[in-house]
Amino acid sequence: MKSMNVKFSINAKSYEMDVDVRKSLMDVLRELGYTSVKQGCGVGECGACTVLVNGTPLDSCLYLAVWAANKEIRTVEGECKDGKLTAVQDAYVEEGAVQCGFCTPGLIMSSTAFLEKNTVEDLSSEEIRKAHAGNLCRCTGYQTIVNAVKTAAKK
Amino acid sequence: MFPIEEYHQASNVADAIQALSKDATARILAGGTDVLVRLHGGNSDYGRVVDINDLDELREIRMDEKGNITIGALACCSDIIENELVQKHLPMVAESLATIGGPQVRNCATMGGNICNGAVSADSACAALVYEFDLVVEGVGGQRIESINGFHTGPGRTILKQGDILTSFLVRPENYTGFSACYRKYAMRGAMDIATIGCGVALQMAGEKITTMKLAFTVAAPTPIRCRNAEQVMVGEVFSEENLEIMADELEKDVAPRTSWRASKEFRLHIIKTLAKKEIRRAVKSQGVAQ
Ligand code: FES
Ligand code: FES
Repeated sequence: MKSMNVKFSINAKSYEMDVDVRKSLMDVLRELGYTSVKQGCGVGECGACTVLVNGTPLDSCLYLAVWAANKEIRTVEGECKDGKLTAVQDAYVEEGAVQCGFCTPGLIMSSTAFLEKNTVEDLSSEEIRKAHAGNLCRCTGYQTIVNAVKTAAKK
Repeated sequence: MFPIEEYHQASNVADAIQALSKDATARILAGGTDVLVRLHGGNSDYGRVVDINDLDELREIRMDEKGNITIGALACCSDIIENELVQKHLPMVAESLATIGGPQVRNCATMGGNICNGAVSADSACAALVYEFDLVVEGVGGQRIESINGFHTGPGRTILKQGDILTSFLVRPENYTGFSACYRKYAMRGAMDIATIGCGVALQMAGEKITTMKLAFTVAAPTPIRCRNAEQVMVGEVFSEENLEIMADELEKDVAPRTSWRASKEFRLHIIKTLAKKEIRRAVKSQGVAQ
């Protein structure tokens, strides 16, 4: 099967590689060791595979890896810098928004993109829930996640 | 890995048309939120794809000096929702697209795909019908314009032929200027769900009288539909609750809902009538007539 030579960056690290056109971005990220990217459903329903591509959250399971050519990808591995958690990660810990943790990397990326775009401190629960509607969590019941996003917005 | 057998990355529209027309079973791959889901499920009808994702010229949203608005077929839902022209002139397009999937899906899914895959439940179809979208299609024989009326021919079917590619939607000023338009999706969940029924209305009034009204539904028939019988009840008349009731009865001539695991025919008909009344009231209210 066809492969294409593509360049992209993952968490600011440059890559150039031949990519099989049949692979999703999720497949490639996991093969490269970015295993924070989880496969839940594989069909765009759960958001466990959410990564940022040029700052936009998307389901990497429904995104061909070749589409990432010349783009900047962010996964949760790149968020924590020099051992220091981001405001979003801190807030998730503080609010107890993590239980089994399977949904957490995807949710952190959704929250991160959401808060990079919405810089006001006062966010309604409704807005937060809408912005996270593409991420399913089987454990928390979501309230702690909403609290975490509110807390992070104030940091 | 997706079971893709043949992959062609189109470098321009002409190249896409050529690749599609020489392979009778090749399918267009746009945002991927339908095609890749089907491939993931092993559907071999989608094994041969012509990927049009590199065609950035199909993502443009613009307005010409006459007020014609063009929305590129490959523009993703989020870009359309956030576009100022759309928010100002075609608010119901934004309102409808915001009900699709969740944020990650809307960041990839395209309105072109939503209309072309022919889904009976396509959330943007009501907007396309009430704003009377024209569809700019390029094919082997060159460019042509198709109306949204009659574009859908059955569940999953449209008038497009192999080798055709929808490049943009064209919305004419006479179809949006002065209209109040709104959309409501009835579904079991607030997000990540398929419509049980979708209802869109656009209307214009002169004083208390409704001068133009367009009413459209998804999931109410084998294709998204306009409801000409119901519309006629309201047009030329002063808005009244009595008329709304007559309109709701008349709707039975326009729609043909069916029973599925999501909802029964009877329940769907109830939702159709209820939503029509609610959305017409809402549109009338935003035309400035106090209810
Ligand atoms: S694994 Fe991608 S959305 Fe569920
Ligand atoms: S913490 Fe377990 S799925 Fe969210």
